[in-house]
Amino acid sequence: MITYAVHFAVACFAIALLLNLYRLSKGPSIADRVLALDTMVINGIALLVLYGIVSDTAVYFEASLLFAMVGFISTVAYCRFILRGDIIE
Amino acid sequence: MGTIAELLIAALIVVGGIFGLVGSFGLAKLPDLMSRLHGPTKSSTLGVGSTLIGSMVYILWSHGTLSLHELLITLFLFLTAPITANFIAKSFLHRRGDTARKLPPTGTEYGWASFVPPPNSIDDEPDSLAGPRRDKS
Repeated sequence: MITYAVHFAVACFAIALLLNLYRLSKGPSIADRVLALDTMVINGIALLVLYGIVSDTAVYFEASLLFAMVGFISTVAYCRFILRGDIIE
Repeated sequence: MGTIAELLIAALIVVGGIFGLVGSFGLAKLPDLMSRLHGPTKSSTLGVGSTLIGSMVYILWSHGTLSLHELLITLFLFLTAPITANFIAKSFLHRRGDTARKLPPTGTEYGWASFVPPPNSIDDEPDSLAGPRRDKS
């Protein structure tokens, strides 16, 4: 039963990644593209965690924690760069 | 016992997948950026949090050890989602050109934050902003 649930969730997050890719390529403003990239990072974390459940290891949690931190910092850096033209003033 | 745990894990994972899909569908479907922010910041964060808690229950059920990494990731995502949403909304508002003219009045002597320069010191603030808890010593 867990296997079917994980397959369903993997399909959901894969479709979500495709929708984010659509918004990333189409998005009219730069802020739309930054938002799409941030959401892609979140969906990637979910896929990593689901892969950890399937392969029955706890190795991927460190990877997803690092992924979350890098995603947050890169989003903040993008927004600061859009706003100020500089990241560290 | 085992069946109940499996049911709980499967329900958490399925709910997480549905919420993540709904959030990204909102990101692709909604008309402008201020409404597009709602999908990823609320629904996707909830979906990932539900998936992570399902994974935590799964590790507890299959290995018998309580792993707190997932709780850490969930907490981190829940803390950072509002901050990134605020940053994206601010950069969108500042790039849109005539935003400062369209904003409603604040009702105080000062304008909106980051559109009007902030007061330099506490004595510089108007009385309408200084609440009863602030001591001006």
